[in-house]
Amino acid sequence: MSGMTKKFSFADVIKYLILVLWACTTILPLLWVLNNSFKESNEILLNPMKLPSKLSFFNYSQLISYGNMNIFRGFLNSLIISGSVVLLVLLFGGFAAYVIARFDFKLTGIVKIFFTGAMLVPAFSIVIPSLVILRKLGLNGSYLALILPQTAGLLPFATLTLAGFMKTLPVELEEAAIIDGAGVLRIFFRIIVPLSIPGLVTAAIFVFLWSYNDLFMSLIFIPIREKQPICVLLSLVSSIYGTNYGAMMAALIITVLPVIILYVFLQEYVIKGMTAGAIKG
Amino acid sequence: MQILKNKKYAILLLFPALILVGVFIYYPLFATFYYSFFDWRDFSNYKTFVGLDNYRQMIEDYAVRKALVNTLIMMVCVIVFQVGIALVLALIVDSIKAGYKFFRTVFFFPVVISGTAIGLMFYLAYGYDYGLLNAIATAFGGQKRVWVTENSALTMVLIPVIWQYVGFYFVIFLAALSKVPQDIYESALIDGITGIKKAVYITIPLIWDVIAVCISLAIVGTFKVFDIVYVITGGGPMDASQVLGTYLYKVAFTGQNQGYASAIGVLIIVLGVILSAISNKLTERETITY
Repeated sequence: MSGMTKKFSFADVIKYLILVLWACTTILPLLWVLNNSFKESNEILLNPMKLPSKLSFFNYSQLISYGNMNIFRGFLNSLIISGSVVLLVLLFGGFAAYVIARFDFKLTGIVKIFFTGAMLVPAFSIVIPSLVILRKLGLNGSYLALILPQTAGLLPFATLTLAGFMKTLPVELEEAAIIDGAGVLRIFFRIIVPLSIPGLVTAAIFVFLWSYNDLFMSLIFIPIREKQPICVLLSLVSSIYGTNYGAMMAALIITVLPVIILYVFLQEYVIKGMTAGAIKG
Repeated sequence: MQILKNKKYAILLLFPALILVGVFIYYPLFATFYYSFFDWRDFSNYKTFVGLDNYRQMIEDYAVRKALVNTLIMMVCVIVFQVGIALVLALIVDSIKAGYKFFRTVFFFPVVISGTAIGLMFYLAYGYDYGLLNAIATAFGGQKRVWVTENSALTMVLIPVIWQYVGFYFVIFLAALSKVPQDIYESALIDGITGIKKAVYITIPLIWDVIAVCISLAIVGTFKVFDIVYVITGGGPMDASQVLGTYLYKVAFTGQNQGYASAIGVLIIVLGVILSAISNKLTERETITY
């Protein structure tokens, strides 16, 4: 015991106590939700802290159709929407970033200011006119009605970070390719894209998480239930499910599960992407 | 490198990004200013020019005042608690021998979860019959209580708002602390400066520029709060927990008053610009070099 006290002073005990307490606040609420997601509502009411008497997937099976919404359909919608946003942002942002990073072009400075300025515009202040535009374009009720504004919102940040990344790449390979007579698109896809993979992955994760987690734009731009992403459905469960707490807990778990899996496997990229994206946060 | 001087290619490559940002960010930005001078409801085709009426209405609007005050309270709490707790946790984790990676993983994880899910989780935790808080209270022999009331609503949404992003600033501080050269600490140790004294007099001044950046990020971040408040209270009861974002949503899409909502949108832009300018001043301080 005396050997232990030498290694672990009183101050260390306090330190670990504080850290473990904070860790409890981040882990326990979700574990509580997970635990209750396997219990039927009356069992939750009986004792919300107890482990389930039997592992029941009853709540999860209800999520296919409860009220007029299907949580799994919402999940699929989210994948369609956020997947498209990731592809569009990386493609168009990558193009623009390549010009900023490499082209000897007078307007590059203005283009950078254009993107930097756009990052400062709050989403709250632009949704009403955006909705008018989407209606005029006839996109109302389609996935594109959310994909396009989200892509526009994420492009400035992605472009500027990707441009920063591409600037650090060596130019020799491109020079060789130009001498060989390769075109711009060929250079972009065959040389720039492969070299930029780490930057693209970080950007992709940030864009995906932001899009998947975004509620405000999703609520406004997709009013049709069958096409709404999972975030919107989750914001409605407390009013639609009434007192079916078990189903709410299960819906919550389904929503956060993919994000947690992503975090567990790509933690370093996720942390890097999220903290680099501070401005957008 | 003739090809990289070709303006046609440059414009072609820039075109999709510029168009999207132009159409869905810059044009709406100006249109919001324009709409704010009109009486315009239900997204109808008819708008009536009313000059500054919407702005006049805003000055007299109790909910706007409440939302502004709540945003200011949120700002102070976020600086003190969110950035404060993050800094304390980072200082502690930086000083311990084992568990660095574990705590980093666990503390950051709420940041990746959507505000909607966090909001619903807290909504469920606050529940009367089945909630986590009442379950803990009764386990310790206490009484069940109603957690979200008109008086407590703001606090009850503030807790998850603050809690969620502590891990975010924690990771930034942790990175900054790992860059402080060890020899500075060693010479402090020789002078007998350790523990809290070391943190206050040596570590914090050394990473002050990072702290200032975090404070300004936290301030700007409070303007973006929406999801958690929307899910837990919807800004209620009686606008008690209203913030600008939730109120704008309510006016535009529940009240169907787009002209007035545009004026609130302008208010958010103006406040954002002012606060960004202030926080830029705050972060201008020279970076310490070693």
